[in-house]
Amino acid sequence: MTSPLLEVSGVTLQYKTPRHLVTATYRVDFSVHQGDRYVMLGPSGCGKSTLLKAVGGFMAPVEGSIRIRGRNVDSPGPDRMMVFQEFEQLMPWKTVYQNVIFPMKVTRKFAAAEAAARADAVIEKVGLTKFCDIYPHMLSGGMKMRVAIARAMALEPDILLMDEPFAALDALTRRTMQQELLSLWDQLRFTVLFVTHSIEEAIVIGSRILVLSPHPGRVRAELDTEGLDHNSIGKIEFGTLSKRIHSLLFDEVPHHHAREGIQA
Amino acid sequence: MNAQPQHKPAPTHRPEFETELADTSLVGDVERPLTFVERIVNNEAVQRLTILVVLIVIWEIYARWLNNSLLFPTFTETVATFSKDIANGVLVDRTITSLRTLAIGYAFGLAFAAVFTTVAVASGIGTRILSTLTAMFNPLPAIALLPLALIWFGLGTPSLVFVIIHSVLWAVALNTLVGFRSVPETLRMSGRNVGLSGARYVGLILIPAAFPSILAGLKIGWAFAWRTLVAAELVFGVSARSGGIGWYIFEARNDLDTATVFAGLLTVILIGLAVESVIFRAIEARTVNLWGMQR
Repeated sequence: MTSPLLEVSGVTLQYKTPRHLVTATYRVDFSVHQGDRYVMLGPSGCGKSTLLKAVGGFMAPVEGSIRIRGRNVDSPGPDRMMVFQEFEQLMPWKTVYQNVIFPMKVTRKFAAAEAAARADAVIEKVGLTKFCDIYPHMLSGGMKMRVAIARAMALEPDILLMDEPFAALDALTRRTMQQELLSLWDQLRFTVLFVTHSIEEAIVIGSRILVLSPHPGRVRAELDTEGLDHNSIGKIEFGTLSKRIHSLLFDEVPHHHAREGIQA
Repeated sequence: MNAQPQHKPAPTHRPEFETELADTSLVGDVERPLTFVERIVNNEAVQRLTILVVLIVIWEIYARWLNNSLLFPTFTETVATFSKDIANGVLVDRTITSLRTLAIGYAFGLAFAAVFTTVAVASGIGTRILSTLTAMFNPLPAIALLPLALIWFGLGTPSLVFVIIHSVLWAVALNTLVGFRSVPETLRMSGRNVGLSGARYVGLILIPAAFPSILAGLKIGWAFAWRTLVAAELVFGVSARSGGIGWYIFEARNDLDTATVFAGLLTVILIGLAVESVIFRAIEARTVNLWGMQR
C-alpha cells in the first residue's frame, strides 16, 4: 500500500468565541489516499467543517499534526483548494473565466498560455462555456458552484477540500451536481475530502466515510462505500448501510453500555 | 379547553386529470420589446432632466413675479451673466483655479487615506488607532481648521490644500475601513487559499470586494472637498490675483451683483452635478453595477 496523501493524527482543534473556548474535535486520526473520495460525515457540532479548515491551513491544531505529502500544514496554500458552501466565494468583480484563471495567475503554477487553455478546458467540462464572460451575480446557485469547482480543479491541487458544497442548492440541482462531481472524478481521478451532514450524500459521493460523533468531534467509524451511487438508492444494501450509519451517529445506547461495562 | 372530540379534517378525494396546454396565441409574443415611448419614460436621464426643467420653470416664474433682480434674479438673467462670464474667460479662469486646488487636495487626501487604511487593516491596534482618529476628526468641520491653516501655511493654496485633505481623508478612510471589515469571510478565505497575503491580498481581494463602500467614500469625500474649497475661498479668497470660484461669488456680492452671485452658485452646482452624474456614474456603471454589487 502506498503512503497516504493526507495524514491527520491526533488532531485536537479549539477555537474561541467571545465567551467560550470551544473544543471542536478531540484527537482525530484519519488518512486520505490518492484518488479517495473521502467523506467526513457527522451531525452539526462534530467539528467536521473546522477539521476541513484545519486541513486547509486556516487554523492550527492545538494538539496532533496534519501532514500532506509528508509536509506539515501550517498555512493556506493552493495545493489544498477549498470549495465552500457559500456562493460568495466567487469574486463578483471577475467574470466566470477570470474567476477560474485567477488562482492560476496568482500562483504562477502554469504559464499564461497554458493557464488560458486549462481554464477553457475546465469551464467546458462543467458546461459553462457559453457563460465565460458573465459575472457571477447573473448565474444560478448551481452554476456558481460549478465555477467554484472548476476554479479549484483547474489548479490541479493535491487535494480538493469541499465544505458542504451542495448544501445551499435545491434538491434537484444538488443531485445533478453530485452526479457531475462523480463523472468529473471518473475522468480526472482527483483526490477529494468532502464534508457533509447528509447520510445519503455521503454514501453516494464517498468511497470512504469517516463517521464523527459530536461535542467534541471524535472518530466513530470509517466505512468503505466504494461502488454505491445514485443507482443504489433504494437497494437493500444502501438502506442497510444508511441505517448502520444512522445508528452510529445517533444511537448512543450500545456505546454507553460498552463504557459502563468497562467501568464495572 | 372543551372536552368535545376533535374533528380532524381529512383531505377530500378529487379526481386526477391531465389536460392539453392552454393556447397562448392570443397573448402574442411572450417577450415583447418595449416601445420607443415606454423606453423614453423609463430612462433615468430623461426623468432627471424633466425634474431640472420643472425646477427652472418654477424659478423663472417666481423671479418674474418678485420682479427684484437685486434679491432674486431670473433664470434667464443668470444664464446671460453666466454665458457672458464664460465667454470673456473670467468664470473659466476662476473655475480652473478652484479645480486645480481641489485636484491636488483630493489626490493627497486619497493617498493619505490609502496609506492609513492599509496600515490599519494590517493589525488590530492599527484599526483601533484609525477608528479613534476618524471618530475625532470626521465630525470636525474642515473649515474650522482654516484659521489654523492660515497661521501654519499662510495665505494661499497650501492652506486650501490642507483643509481639503482634512475633509477628504477621514471620510474616505472611514468608508474604506468599514468596507474592508464587511468583506465576507468566505471571500477572504478563498483569497488566502491561493496564497495571497500582504499588499497583494489588499489589492486583489479587499479593495475590489470593498469597492461599493470605497466608492461611497470617494463620493462623500469629493462633496466635502468641493464644499470646503468654495467656503474657504469665500473666507480669504485670493492670492496673487488668482481667486477661485468662491472668490468670484464673494466679489460679486460686494458689488451687489446678485445675478453674478447666482451665476457663480450655478457653476458650483453644475460642476457638482457633472462630477456626480458623469464621472461617478461612469465609474459605477463599469464597476459595482456591472458586478452586481449595487443595483
